[in-house]
Amino acid sequence: MAERLETICIVCPNGCRLTAVRKGNVIEVSGNKCPRGITYAEAEMTAPKRSFTGTVASVFKEMPVVPVRTAGEVDKAKILEIAARTREILLTRAYAAGEVAEENVCGTGVALIVTTDMRKVTGRTEEL
Amino acid sequence: MRYAAIVIGGGPAGMAAACAVKESEKVLIIEREARLGGILKQCVHDGFGVIRFGEKLSGPEYADRFIEEVYARKNIDVKVLTFVTSIEKENGYYRVSTTSGAGIETHEGENLILANGCRERTARQVNIHGTRPAGLMTAGTAQNLVNLLGVNPAKRCVILGSGDIGLIMARRLTLEGSQVLGVYEAKSSPSGLQRNLQQCLYDFGIPLHLKKTVTLVHGRDRVEGVTVADVDDGMLPIAGTEEYIPCDALIVSVGLIPENELAEKLGVAMDAKTKGPIVDQYMMTTLDGVYSVGNALHVHDLVDYVSEVSETAGKDVGRRKERATIEVLSRGLGYIVPQRIDVKNLEEKTTYYFRTARETGKAKLTVTVNGVEIYSKKYSALRPPEAERVSIKHLLKAGDELKFVLEEDDGGKA
Repeated sequence: MAERLETICIVCPNGCRLTAVRKGNVIEVSGNKCPRGITYAEAEMTAPKRSFTGTVASVFKEMPVVPVRTAGEVDKAKILEIAARTREILLTRAYAAGEVAEENVCGTGVALIVTTDMRKVTGRTEEL
Repeated sequence: MRYAAIVIGGGPAGMAAACAVKESEKVLIIEREARLGGILKQCVHDGFGVIRFGEKLSGPEYADRFIEEVYARKNIDVKVLTFVTSIEKENGYYRVSTTSGAGIETHEGENLILANGCRERTARQVNIHGTRPAGLMTAGTAQNLVNLLGVNPAKRCVILGSGDIGLIMARRLTLEGSQVLGVYEAKSSPSGLQRNLQQCLYDFGIPLHLKKTVTLVHGRDRVEGVTVADVDDGMLPIAGTEEYIPCDALIVSVGLIPENELAEKLGVAMDAKTKGPIVDQYMMTTLDGVYSVGNALHVHDLVDYVSEVSETAGKDVGRRKERATIEVLSRGLGYIVPQRIDVKNLEEKTTYYFRTARETGKAKLTVTVNGVEIYSKKYSALRPPEAERVSIKHLLKAGDELKFVLEEDDGGKA
């Protein structure tokens, strides 16, 4: 595990330049404008997390691809695996915003959810 | 029927403006695409709404919140797949001509809210030499292809420019299985938000090359490669530093320009710095009843502020009768919006957005009225890509001199 990390906080648009230094069992964080920066830097030092956002294919011609994201953060190391998985998924009905496209995506324990109301775009609710 | 306001553009700015108009007033939104949402539709990444909703939303989720409100409002009519061809000022109202599946129509509105966004600067506009084969596109076009049409336009690409859309697309194409060889930026510092450098480039090990640019595009039908070179302080390529990079796409993310063809035709006065109209604190341009909001006014970093600014305009529709404006003077700023203040209709606080002219260390913003300091704020560092927002309480009257000065703390000019 890294003893010292210089990074940019991604929690909000401020983009604080953070420095995290491990001192025994404690991680000291500086450069943060708010407490969320501390939580972020600690996670970066121990188990970095990210949200995944992307698209999956659908059978609807009005919407050949549909925006999706993970319902919460997942291990950063899993992002590319989730990306590869999304390239295999095909949605065959019109999902509502927030509906689960795939539970426990790539064994992360986090669901992949649709982020737009497909029914409003495709004008249909039944399976094709 | 005559509308109280006609809103041109159904993106985040137009929707927020329309929803802020009093429910007793009729509003028409004109949108050229098939559905509302504007560019947010193709922004599948998250980070939207942190300020407004306290949540990290994706673009479509942020847009949906407003789309639902628009359709729930009885006073708002929406016309999609409708394109504005011209606007004429009549006696006390505006006549908007449109073309759509319904043919050529005209609509009358007492007020106009211009919310038609911005456009991307193209490869031509940054003087790249060589051919114009398939595979040469703007970052927004690549985003549209990948996120809306489901087509990946690049297997191995180079990105020119470190604007946010370019950074976002570097990550997006990587996630789609493409190889992003590097981001080349002619300036000495990146143009995008800091957090996007981290989460879009560094997270994936994509190199960022500063003070380097693309000088030549190779390939006849399809991009086969690009030549990159170091640039000097004047951003001119240095002979002898050229390097050939084989690739199948060049994606350019070299800036956004507010779209104001309609505004200029109407005779609205423009600000050379923002490249958008000059407005007062209600986003009203120099033409009575014509408002400019969102990225048509100035290019925003965050959609949260686009919504805020647009609501200010929407609320103002039909409210003011007389106005008297003073200019907002400034020094050390890249730009400031609003550029003038209606002193007859001051609210308790007035919100300003500004960008620093150049990168600074510790800096101080001082606001004076007739030479007397009324407000100051210290910053630990400022970068031109990151706009700042300040809300100031001031009493102003016609003839007052209002001035914003930004100086670096070491005493030198910022």
